[in-house]
Amino acid sequence: MSVTTFGESKPSLGRRFLSWLREWLPALVVIAIGLVVWQWVLPDVVGVQRFLLPRFSAVAQTFWDEREALWSAGWFTFKEALGGWAIGSSLAFVSALALARWRPLGRALMPYAIAANAIPIIAFAPITNAWFGTFSPRSKMAIAAVLCFFPVLVNSLRGLTSVRPESIELMRSYAASEASTFRRVRIPNSLPFVFSGLKVASVLAMIGAIVGDYFGGSIEALGIQIRSSVGLSQFEYAWAAILVASILGLVFYGAISLVEHFALRWHPSSRRVE
Amino acid sequence: MTPESVVSIAGVSKVFGKGGVVALQGIDLSVERGDFISLIGPSGCGKSTLLRVVGDITEPTSGEVVVNGKRARQAREDRDYGIVFQAPVLFDWRTVAKNIALPLEMQRWDRARRQERVAEMLELVELTGFEKLYPWQLSGGMQQRVSIARALAFSPPLLLMDEPFGALDEMTRERLNLELLRIWSETGSTVIFVTHSISEAVFLSTRVAVMSPRPGRISAVVEVDLPQPRTAETREHPRFFELVTRVREALHATGADEVEEHLAAEGPE
Repeated sequence: MSVTTFGESKPSLGRRFLSWLREWLPALVVIAIGLVVWQWVLPDVVGVQRFLLPRFSAVAQTFWDEREALWSAGWFTFKEALGGWAIGSSLAFVSALALARWRPLGRALMPYAIAANAIPIIAFAPITNAWFGTFSPRSKMAIAAVLCFFPVLVNSLRGLTSVRPESIELMRSYAASEASTFRRVRIPNSLPFVFSGLKVASVLAMIGAIVGDYFGGSIEALGIQIRSSVGLSQFEYAWAAILVASILGLVFYGAISLVEHFALRWHPSSRRVE
Repeated sequence: MTPESVVSIAGVSKVFGKGGVVALQGIDLSVERGDFISLIGPSGCGKSTLLRVVGDITEPTSGEVVVNGKRARQAREDRDYGIVFQAPVLFDWRTVAKNIALPLEMQRWDRARRQERVAEMLELVELTGFEKLYPWQLSGGMQQRVSIARALAFSPPLLLMDEPFGALDEMTRERLNLELLRIWSETGSTVIFVTHSISEAVFLSTRVAVMSPRPGRISAVVEVDLPQPRTAETREHPRFFELVTRVREALHATGADEVEEHLAAEGPE
């Protein structure tokens, strides 16, 4: 069979830049309009006061001038979030394994896990401060860990148990042990679910760490700096700190997505539409 | 039980649940070495349940199943059979080669032997060159061939097949029928094959066991004396039509039509 191929050789750099531009142009236009509105329309036309929203240029200036203090505070809080995320997620996955292995236990506990998922856990932040010490990063890790626990548990358990019955029958035909069935079938089957749980948890961990800071904590923490700079009318600094938190949150989420992409190479969702 | 019989089923019944749905009643069947036996019957006649009882995936309520001279449970633990389901049941996270190697891994074959056997199996099902692909990159027919290769990888003396080609289109199905017969003659294995296609059952089998529903029973066994090896021309043989008619009449005699109509009136199960 002969197939004539066009454009198999790599397109020129200029070509690629043009096609990239065409793909991203709408998004770039949106952000440009957003910045124009923020910089000029809101303060000059609508008359929004500085304490409500400082000009974009002022926030950007502070973001640059205070970069060292901001990123060091960001890193401090990010470590709290990361620690809580790692602890909460691993405890959740281990619990999911136990609940999937002993199903009656799972059936007894799952309704509570799902109900707990609906509790505004962040309300406990002052309590964890009391338990683990207001100025210790451990109190923020605790609240982040509890926030991460339930989505990872519920997702992992769904992944571990939503195995087609024939897969289990096949393993039974090989006289496979329970451990081997977990290792070869249930755990790989759960991975796409686990990763979506981990991504949700990464967002929650950042929220947990920052809101935990709001209830008191080390002056090095980002949440504390946001709160106190608002108190001191340093609105530009508060907005710049929020920008740091957003960037860290996006990087965290992106890093997990990247690991997921490589770990789930086999998954049909990795099929590229071209 | 003759010394040559691979599977011997005696007085097997299966009742599901406390409500007492009788899926199988008083099943007696003996499968000889090298037999290709089809279980045919309308849906709900318990043919898949019978296959699972032979594989010790479901336990019978009463009766005895002997596989390779052992109790069914022992035979399963000794990995005396390979099984193929209607869906290919391949693991998405394993490549074609690793899916075929799964039972070998479970039996702790070393890597070199595994690779060698996988290459042989790929050749047997004519999929050489596809070993590195993932299941979703294959067509339905190819996936089912991988699952047949996996079932045969450790050379089990018995192959259990539960409507393996039921979800495939007619052309793929006929091609895989021929391929299965070639594999059967090359490996000399014994096959129990569940189907609801009369022509498929007659074309493939040395014997066809016709089952009647509610409770599931074997109502007739038709010997298929078509010449071996079977080819595409076998389907045009006058004897083929006679046997298809024989099986169809045996199915009608079970009242299968009425059951099908009854089910159709009830809607899907």
